[in-house]
Amino acid sequence: MSDRLLAATRKGLFLIERTGRKSVPWEITGISFLAEHVIMTLPDRRDGSIYASLYHGHFGSKLHRSTDQGNTWTEIAVPSYPKQPEGEVQKDMWGRTIEWKLDRIWALEAGGRDEPGVLWCGTLPGGLFKSTDHGSSWSLVESLWNDPRRMEWMGGGADLPGIHSVCVDPRESQRVTIGVSCGGVWVTNDGGTTWDCQANGIWSAYTPPEQKENPNVQDVHRVVQCRSNPDALWAQHHNGIFRSTDRCASWQDVSHLKSVSPTSFGFAVAVHPGEANTAWFVPGVKDEHRLPADGKVVVARTRDGGATYDILRNGLPQDHAYDLTYRHGLDIDESGDRLAFGSTTGSLWVTEDQGDSWQTVSQHLPPIYCVRFV
Amino acid sequence: MPHVVFTDNIQRHVACPPSTVGGGTVREVLDEVFSTNERARGYVLDEHGAVRKHMIVFIDGTMIRDRLSLSDPVLPDAEVYVMQALSGG
Repeated sequence: MSDRLLAATRKGLFLIERTGRKSVPWEITGISFLAEHVIMTLPDRRDGSIYASLYHGHFGSKLHRSTDQGNTWTEIAVPSYPKQPEGEVQKDMWGRTIEWKLDRIWALEAGGRDEPGVLWCGTLPGGLFKSTDHGSSWSLVESLWNDPRRMEWMGGGADLPGIHSVCVDPRESQRVTIGVSCGGVWVTNDGGTTWDCQANGIWSAYTPPEQKENPNVQDVHRVVQCRSNPDALWAQHHNGIFRSTDRCASWQDVSHLKSVSPTSFGFAVAVHPGEANTAWFVPGVKDEHRLPADGKVVVARTRDGGATYDILRNGLPQDHAYDLTYRHGLDIDESGDRLAFGSTTGSLWVTEDQGDSWQTVSQHLPPIYCVRFV
Repeated sequence: MPHVVFTDNIQRHVACPPSTVGGGTVREVLDEVFSTNERARGYVLDEHGAVRKHMIVFIDGTMIRDRLSLSDPVLPDAEVYVMQALSGG
């Protein structure tokens, strides 16, 4: 079980630790980059290092690495896009020019246990980068960037399209699955040499009917993969919840959450590391509202692959709560018993019993973008 | 030789002390500054060497015109002032 937790926020990176005290079971014990915009963090369980991505409005995106649990940090390289070929202009579906420049980092994941130092980085405007030296240098995955199907991608949650999820298959590190808003789910089986868009079965309610089942325009908000059964993946999509049990060859709509909840919209999803049928979601009223239904914060849990859902609310605010949880704002530890989620209004909750009850860590943090167990 | 000054705001992230360097264009002047302070380059310029969207460079109080190639001429006794825009942050 993990006793440590990181929360990347609008005003810094917070370390939270389990105290063992009944009165204050989890407390904030460290702050890095106070006042800075920390949009992503990665605790690398292979070597204990921690990465933090800072998004300076004026000075661009930066990456920092700590090898001493966040006590000290070293700035490392950020992904850089190559120069665009002379005379070539790329425009998105709205006619806006897509510049070959790093806008921001939106996903940061460790490679497999058999490839120390390998990191994957998803970015806006849609480039995937790989490092083989702990982030000291980065290479654009050109096979994906140069795929003409990328030009169908569009912004989802931002003006530019972006890669927000990277899942490395624990059995075979060369198998990598990514999620794109908006560009569906893409899979490589050869470490990024070739890619295929594998979102068949996912459908959109927001596009013209002719585009409804186009896998390459799906606004998949978040994709996660079960550690013990990597053929099982879950996706929180713009208009529902989808599940694959054949490693993205097909997806099934399991938005039955609507039978017990006013909504199946949301951003975040977590899957139990040992039970592929068990997953958690933080639902909110859909896109134009982005609020908890009826001002009540709840977590939805399924234990049967999405056939039924429990609505969990014990310990969560049930009166005038307007917390929204972003796509990286929910995490589960390696035991599968502890989960944590944070909100745009600075609330952070932890459960030690798979969501049956929740403890409030804070209701006064800056807006939380990313929560991860160390 | 041109004198180069950076806004205080950037010093929170990377030290950029005032310096006097050679060079006859903004590109040449900044390249010389960054040759001994490589980390600062990425805070002022993007990956293609253009001035970041929310950064501004002045020569003797006048904003440069060429933000992509940084070709504006810099006289030997000029002051080059690098600051962040009030937007963007």
